[in-house]
Amino acid sequence: MTPLTTTTTSYSVRSQQWREFWFYFSVNKTAVAGLVFLVGVVLMAILADVISPHLPTEQYREFAEVPPAWMEGGQIRFFLGTDYAGRDMLSRIIHGARLSLIAGCIVVLMSASIGVLLGLVAGFRGGWVETIIMRIMDTIMAVPGLLMALVLVAVLGPGLLNAMVAIAITYTPSFVRLTRASTMTELNKDYVTASKVAGAGPIRLMFISILPNCMAPLIVQGTLSFSTAILDTAALGFLGMGAQAPLPEWGTLIAENRDLMLSAPWTVTFPGIAILLAVLAINLMGDGLRDALDPKLKRS
Amino acid sequence: MSQQALIQARDLHKYYSVKTGFFQANQSLQALSGASFDLYAGQTLAVVGESGCGKSTLARLLTLIEQPTAGKLSLDGIDLANANKKDVAKQLRQTVQMVFQDPFGSLNPRQKVGDILQEPLIINTNLNADQRRQQVLAMMQRVGLRDEHIHRYPHMFSGGQRQRIAIARALILKPKIVVLDEPVSALDVSIQAQVLNLLIELQQELGLAYVFISHDLSVVRHIADQVLVMYLGKPVEQGASEAVFNNPQHPYTQALLSATPQANTGHKRKRIKLTGELPSPLNPPSGCSFHPRCQHAVAQCKTTTPVMEQHGDVSVACLLVK
Amino acid sequence: MALLEITNLTVEFATAHGSLKAVDQVSLSLEAGDIVAIVGESGSGKSVAMLALMGLLPWTATITADQMSFDGKDLLTMNAKQRRAIIGKDISMIFQEPMTSLNPCFSVEYQISEVLAQHFGGNRRSHKAKVIELLEKVGIPAPETRLKAYPHQLSGGMSQRVMIAMMIACEPKLLIADEPTTALDVTIQAQILELLVELQEANGMALVLITHDMAVVAETADRVVVQYAGQQVEQRPVAELFNNPRHPYTQALLSALPEYAKGKTLNAIPGVVPGQLDRPVGCLFSPRCEHATDLCLSQPAPRIEGVLCHYPLPINTAAVIHTEAVS
Repeated sequence: MTPLTTTTTSYSVRSQQWREFWFYFSVNKTAVAGLVFLVGVVLMAILADVISPHLPTEQYREFAEVPPAWMEGGQIRFFLGTDYAGRDMLSRIIHGARLSLIAGCIVVLMSASIGVLLGLVAGFRGGWVETIIMRIMDTIMAVPGLLMALVLVAVLGPGLLNAMVAIAITYTPSFVRLTRASTMTELNKDYVTASKVAGAGPIRLMFISILPNCMAPLIVQGTLSFSTAILDTAALGFLGMGAQAPLPEWGTLIAENRDLMLSAPWTVTFPGIAILLAVLAINLMGDGLRDALDPKLKRS
Repeated sequence: MSQQALIQARDLHKYYSVKTGFFQANQSLQALSGASFDLYAGQTLAVVGESGCGKSTLARLLTLIEQPTAGKLSLDGIDLANANKKDVAKQLRQTVQMVFQDPFGSLNPRQKVGDILQEPLIINTNLNADQRRQQVLAMMQRVGLRDEHIHRYPHMFSGGQRQRIAIARALILKPKIVVLDEPVSALDVSIQAQVLNLLIELQQELGLAYVFISHDLSVVRHIADQVLVMYLGKPVEQGASEAVFNNPQHPYTQALLSATPQANTGHKRKRIKLTGELPSPLNPPSGCSFHPRCQHAVAQCKTTTPVMEQHGDVSVACLLVK
Repeated sequence: MALLEITNLTVEFATAHGSLKAVDQVSLSLEAGDIVAIVGESGSGKSVAMLALMGLLPWTATITADQMSFDGKDLLTMNAKQRRAIIGKDISMIFQEPMTSLNPCFSVEYQISEVLAQHFGGNRRSHKAKVIELLEKVGIPAPETRLKAYPHQLSGGMSQRVMIAMMIACEPKLLIADEPTTALDVTIQAQILELLVELQEANGMALVLITHDMAVVAETADRVVVQYAGQQVEQRPVAELFNNPRHPYTQALLSALPEYAKGKTLNAIPGVVPGQLDRPVGCLFSPRCEHATDLCLSQPAPRIEGVLCHYPLPINTAAVIHTEAVS
């Protein structure tokens, strides 16, 4: 039982909760490393215009396919080398971070908000409403995610926004399932019955009584979907169906330099490493979050 | 002075339709068969029995979570069968409230205590934020908690304090009837005593009528005015608390009392051994439901279902009690 | 030589808020055939002490004791393998929730034969007869028909009987029952307690009954250990404890029972059991004790005549409790 302090204000209760959360989270060193890296990426994205040595779209024709600074023929000026059109790789990767992070955020927001709403309604109402919602979700899940996204993009047309919508649709079923399962568990608890006895209507029951209690698995799912969204956006970009050139989205970067894979490997390696590190960091952080939020793993 | 009973229950029945197999017809689960009682303000009716006896079902009927399948129920003069559900529901909510058994599960872990207590007021009244806050603080003080506790979450309190919060929530709408479903069973003995004292004080101060569901007979004996003993959905004995405890007439009541251990090393009572398990409510025994386990059972008990008959101060449903 | 000898057992847990002393210097000595009840409320450490004995505590627990030996073997220095040879065979434990302490995926027969196979070798077929015999011993009617049953098909009382059957399968010398009847109905509780006492008499087993219910203690135990906030406050034969409690907590606990109430008001004990961070400086019960003096509030209680109190209640006047009881 968390100890009671002698005087309590709303602020002190909140800060105590954050401190307790941080205690459990910080035990997992890799999770903290992931968090630090992610914060670094976010800062990099926000300050892209400031820290980036060149404009991402500026082409230095005479310096096309220059290797990275530490290799023979490289220059400090183009630290990670340049691509086929003479654009600085480092600047493009830094600006690409923005696109990847935004894509991840929007995808998670879209799929989570629709998914949670549908899940709440399905779990709460039951009956034929639940059946219809779940069968639609089953159908979406039956098709492999990337293929479904490709089909949707083919219908909607290529482009980063359409790619995000398509990916969001493929992630919605997992949120629906999670929320529905949590809703069904919470629905039987006494505090929901107590609210009903006090006269709460379905809206209040869904959003105020039940939803806050389902948050832990949803937060974890959201974090992990974020990393998968970055991967999927990159994949669609690589296939030419997502962000279109000259947007420096990491997947698109790999796509446009595909032919140089053997002759100028740095043009595809560094965007690939950027994707790898970002996804890894988010996954590590997500693992740490899940452990910190899981009440059964709590020590006291 | 004839005062109208706050609760008038006549022959309440509740059946559930249960699927027992894929292609089989639904079976009827008789959760409650024929409970009748009157309860007046300031009095406590204790409902006693073991698993499957129907006491939780009765609680759900009285708090309007479910409707009776048959029988009449009127709360504070309003007959539920005749009244229009929507209008009546709101008024009745302010008449009947409930305190649950599990102090850990009956409070929303994600809501602050202040919000938990305000919720019934937000739903049912038109008070503004200040007025609500005042009522919440007054109620917190009444149940022995401090003002600053409204900022805390339920997990920051002990079991006894949580139960006090649950009582505060039940009373914030100023009900006349409170249904308490095993309110102290999950608490330690010393905390149990504190919470029971609080409940008794509140009853005396506010003239509340309590329907107290419990399996702990020593607590029931202390707090109840009337006792209703139930077995497998049917009432078997009912009457004034002293009468039922001092002179139990139904064999099940006798067995229940004898099985209850006493904190007294002085005398060793003869224990009436009840053999066998509680039968399933889906398949109740014929005739008197208790006959397979009753040591006095005769042939007639298997065929005839006994009805509640008045014998002095108590009503008993047993063929052998004359 | 005593069957079980525990001296000054202390268990500390590492938690988010520092170290929690769940059990503080508890001692217990048992002979074969003893029935001892350990009584206490939540936070008293009664279950934790026995779990420490069995080696069932999580890694965050630190167990220290002057002595902890069973049947001559030292439990503190034993390795995991040696411990596994004793647990389940010579020392067994049954738990509170029968519905969750049986594995829902396996049948009754499988689970009981598993225990037998673990300690005596063999397989399900070779132990079938013994399993049926055990089920009969615990009072399950028509045991052959119940062999293939799964836990969810059994009622609470039945599950607890199966649990007991599992735990006496190897004829243990010591059976620890942790609140075995709290989750059961009153009439079933009576049956289970009677069963435990019968088995104890038949096998000469020592029985440790952990409970918070004083009434159960009065009717079942020979000796009682009272624990409060991890400390052992009193240890007496049962009749003496009920007629003549010497620690203020025991007296307060008994008088808080509804049977001893005067009028409509129960004699509640004010305050709550100290948690991890509000441990009193002096005697742990002093903030709630009606007899507390300044000495009690400032100095930890010493053990005087076996009672953990600065001023143990005298032998004659405490008998007042029992004579006022409503029987």
